[in-house]
Amino acid sequence: MPDLEPGQTHLHAGRSVLRPDLIEKVTGAAQYCVDIRRSGMLHAKIVRSRRAHARIASIDTSAARAMSGVVAVIVASDLAGLFARFGHIVPDHEILASGKVRYYGEPVAIVVADTEAAASDALDYVDVDYEDLPAVMSAEEALAPGAPLVHEEQHRRVDVDSLSPVETGADQGELRTSNVAHEATLEWGDVDSVWPVAAAVVENRMHYPMLYAYAMEPYNAVASFDEGRLEVDSTAQHPFMVRDDLARIFSLPLAAVTVRAPYLGGGYGSKSYTKVEPLAAVASWRTGRPVKLVLDVEESIYTTRADSAEVHVRSAFDDQGHILAREIDIVMDSGAYADNSPLVVAKSVNRSFGPYRVPNLRVRGRSVYTNTSPASSYRGFGAPQGVLAGETNLEQAADRLGIDSAELRRRNLVRPGEEILHGKRGIDADLPADLEMVVGALREHAPEDQSWFASAMACSASDAGAFPVSTATVRVQADGSVIVLSGSTEMGQGSRSALAQIAAEELRVELRVVTVRQSDTGATAYERTTGASRTTTLTGLALQRACQDALSKLRSMAAEVKGCSADEIAPSPAGFALPGGDTISYGEVVRSWFGAAAGEVTGIGLLRREGATAKMPPFWEIGMIGVGCRIDPATGAIAVEQLVTVGDVGFAINPQAVEAQDLGAATQGLGCALFEELLYDGPQLMNPNIVDYRVPRMRDLPGRIDAMLAERRDGVGPYGAKGSGEGALNPIAAAVATAVARVVGRWPDRVPLTPERVWRLINETGPDDTTGDRSSPREG
Amino acid sequence: MTTTAIAITCTVNGVKVERTVEVRRTLAQFLREDLSLTGTKVSCDVQICGACTVLVDGQPVSSCTHLAVDVDRSAVTTVEGLASEGRLHPLQQAFVEQMALQCGFCTPGFLMMAKALLDENPDPSREQIIEYLDGNLCRCTGYAPIVAAVEQAARVLGPAGGDSNA
Repeated sequence: MPDLEPGQTHLHAGRSVLRPDLIEKVTGAAQYCVDIRRSGMLHAKIVRSRRAHARIASIDTSAARAMSGVVAVIVASDLAGLFARFGHIVPDHEILASGKVRYYGEPVAIVVADTEAAASDALDYVDVDYEDLPAVMSAEEALAPGAPLVHEEQHRRVDVDSLSPVETGADQGELRTSNVAHEATLEWGDVDSVWPVAAAVVENRMHYPMLYAYAMEPYNAVASFDEGRLEVDSTAQHPFMVRDDLARIFSLPLAAVTVRAPYLGGGYGSKSYTKVEPLAAVASWRTGRPVKLVLDVEESIYTTRADSAEVHVRSAFDDQGHILAREIDIVMDSGAYADNSPLVVAKSVNRSFGPYRVPNLRVRGRSVYTNTSPASSYRGFGAPQGVLAGETNLEQAADRLGIDSAELRRRNLVRPGEEILHGKRGIDADLPADLEMVVGALREHAPEDQSWFASAMACSASDAGAFPVSTATVRVQADGSVIVLSGSTEMGQGSRSALAQIAAEELRVELRVVTVRQSDTGATAYERTTGASRTTTLTGLALQRACQDALSKLRSMAAEVKGCSADEIAPSPAGFALPGGDTISYGEVVRSWFGAAAGEVTGIGLLRREGATAKMPPFWEIGMIGVGCRIDPATGAIAVEQLVTVGDVGFAINPQAVEAQDLGAATQGLGCALFEELLYDGPQLMNPNIVDYRVPRMRDLPGRIDAMLAERRDGVGPYGAKGSGEGALNPIAAAVATAVARVVGRWPDRVPLTPERVWRLINETGPDDTTGDRSSPREG
Repeated sequence: MTTTAIAITCTVNGVKVERTVEVRRTLAQFLREDLSLTGTKVSCDVQICGACTVLVDGQPVSSCTHLAVDVDRSAVTTVEGLASEGRLHPLQQAFVEQMALQCGFCTPGFLMMAKALLDENPDPSREQIIEYLDGNLCRCTGYAPIVAAVEQAARVLGPAGGDSNA
């Protein structure tokens, strides 16, 4: 066990320990969902819609069924008797399209065969006859008067109290009249009274693209339905929420459905909520055998993407640069099914206006159904869309007011404890201090050659952590080793290691005797989600309580076996100090109490909305970013020469891991800023693959990286910790867009800033130059 | 449907393997499904991401688009063949220490590509590392820790390079 050095307050927490899961991963031993096989297992492949919007006239499966190795071909009518939809907010998502298809790529039939190759071979033999319907391929088309409806029925929301199936349809008279899937608003003060009296009113519009998270392990699942019990291994970030959807589909008790998530090959939000599990589950239900379904990358892209957004911002300032009012309108293209987009747009509303004092505010966000692939959560969760427009608006205001943009932020940033959202938790961070860290790093390392170069910064604050429902279990074994059970999924972020550190810290044991097991709804503790950067904070708190519960039980048992009072027993490493100077280890306590070399002691930790986590959000996740960009004027290509991240995490349980998360998040954000964009051309995507969808590569690595941590112990989590993992992504596109504008003298109206777009900004003048706020182009 | 299958003989991580494989079977399928060597991962499936990289006679290939029949009379090395006698290869050790992976799905491909680099050039410059590994994608790390890990492994392996541990 490490010794406490002067100034250190913890044995394990706060140290950059080697993550045990990484050792399994470098040897190839780590098991991911895609590696799982079951005896008797069949393979499924999906017949997908080749239309954006069409009525299904007929499906002929006879030729496919006759092929070698094909066991079954399943269509929507085969699901009679099931509640054949899912969706944790609005259960509008059909497992298999019935009646009509709503997007190109939508599952229409499942081919189940004895090998993957046989299932693939049979796909083209399923004959689907379509009658085309007029399609809406963008939010603008979908919102136009008289636009065709993607959904005719209004599906009622899931009744979260009973979890029971919610019926829909004409009998409740709930027919839809528009393609708006969800609308969220936020308003205080009186914005309209401010515009006429403001010293400056700055308006801009930014487009945020459709994105693919490209978690490198594609969506996959293995399902086994047998005698009223369902077992599923899947790439699910939130196995407990997937279980709830599956139980509703089959009308099974929650306890009869088991969902397990082994190591995930990346998630980034894209594996939140139910995806392919119902397809594998109904295939197993129909065939009576375990069924494995592995999507390829193109299918994964069509399964979930990020909401694209059109964001319009109008801000009013006084002559000293204080914000008087902000009005923001957000329209998201959420695709054919709601999935988590209602929550994404609601969060975007909360996160769009920035961590500033805004006395008058009006924000409206709309999530719109279109005949495109369904959108849902992606790292940052509504923040990147809103922050891109909001922060570039602030930068343009700085130009207009003649105030340095860092100074403009200093004058408007909320101070520690101040509310961003009225009635919610005040900000648990020192944003002005974080800002100075970025300003200082950018200044200190500014390159001598300033030609075609500019640095810029941006910031954000996200109401993070999601709803606090977390549990944890610790099991102290007869040899004193410890098993931690958690329902939080290890998808790369390092929770398995961080939770082990917290347990070792609380129980005062060596790290190597702690084993963490995660994400098995039938065996581990409950966790609502693995998202919103919550695990270290919320699961960590539940785990601390579980450890304290185990210690309290062990102490009482030690008192019983030693014949003393529990009050006379003091903590000591891996055990207790007894009256008279002896010590007793946890293992000895367990063995003595049970009277055998056997037994275990279990501690339970429960967390809900009370006490420290009563006020929402549980914590604020901060994004504070600086970039230095150099543009090649001949090609428009951007080289990111400097990257500055500040991880304002309260307390870093594993500092190396936090910095690694920040760099990863920033890099993913740079992908959106510079390269990444899914593009529709007619009914289908023109780049649904990793050849045409360009993600950051090693050669894009920023020339200089300053990763800093701000540890002020101001979070509600263990030892003052707050979450991280999304923050560095949220503002980075805004920072890059600002740097480009500083170099070329014109404001872009969208990202990614591809070489062509930057070249056009340099070389063309046109109607997209709406601001009229040209700063002087730099000399090349 | 008639299946055309061919008998092949090869060594995989030093073990002799004799199998009859369908001609359309990829090396990745052969390794993962027929030999249960699931350390090799498939992601993009079109030879872009590098996750499925293995060594065939010392040369890196994308096993997602390399046919299994084409490794007849060849020696294949996968990530499972890197560690020896229970000790991590210096590349593996460096990846763990530098936190050059998070989810780990791309890691087997990076390790094999980096091994090919160090076998070829035991003392690569930073630019050479970036050029050599640019065909491998990672979505978690932001790449800088991977460069650091390869530099660390090169220092540990010394002038003999990866061959010392092949």
